[in-house]
Amino acid sequence: MTLDPLILVAAGVCLLAGVGLYGLLASRNLIKIIVAMQILTKAAVLALVAAGAASGKINLSQSLAITVIVVDTVVAAVGLALGVQVRKRFGSLDAANLASLRR
Amino acid sequence: MLFGLVIAGIILCAVLSITANRLLSSAIWLAGVSALSAILFYMLGAREVAVIELSIGAGLVTVLFVFAISIAGDEAMNAKPLVPRILGVGLVLCLVILLGWMVVPGLVTSDPTTELSSTDILWDVRGMDLIVQVSLIFAGVLSVLGLLSDKILPARAAEKGGRS
Repeated sequence: MTLDPLILVAAGVCLLAGVGLYGLLASRNLIKIIVAMQILTKAAVLALVAAGAASGKINLSQSLAITVIVVDTVVAAVGLALGVQVRKRFGSLDAANLASLRR
Repeated sequence: MLFGLVIAGIILCAVLSITANRLLSSAIWLAGVSALSAILFYMLGAREVAVIELSIGAGLVTVLFVFAISIAGDEAMNAKPLVPRILGVGLVLCLVILLGWMVVPGLVTSDPTTELSSTDILWDVRGMDLIVQVSLIFAGVLSVLGLLSDKILPARAAEKGGRS
């Protein structure tokens, strides 16, 4: 029995989104959080392309995926710059240290 | 078979990227996820996205990560997560089951219909989105420049001078 490749891709999308969400929940390092966000976005792009391949509208899904990749890169760049500034100001990349109101 | 291998590679790289202790190895495994995703996009017929993913996802984003890590330092952090581990795993399992329930039945293959080329869709149908994207890139570059600059604003400098 051979599995339909698109079903395999769908299962991969679900697992990849799970890994990304776990990283987002479990990490305290700001740069690690951005890595987890990147993995989540990869799952979304993969789902878009798989949906396009399934429905026969691959070109439309490609144009949408390009938009997602561009926005994702901008988000990563701004997030990393914020992380660098947090490191300079607080001396640590730990997200828990950012709750300065608790002190 | 090949699909399964590539997808397994993507998941493995993603897991290693999340569990890696050092930030630099985390960034390199993320580049592996991007490169393998590009192969998968090519296999699914999305050639333009494959090229863009390979150049931006595996190239530019990795360079950005290495740059940020070289400034911020590659400190290993073994602190306990803020969310309890059991709750985290439970939430993730719920997400995977829900996503599987929603995504898998939706991927019913239909006959390919005639559609515009991706260039026509990007430039003609989605022209407005493209303008928004260009302005977003511009705003992103400006904000990164503003965040990375070390200059102290005149008002902040005066405040510091007054304190000391």
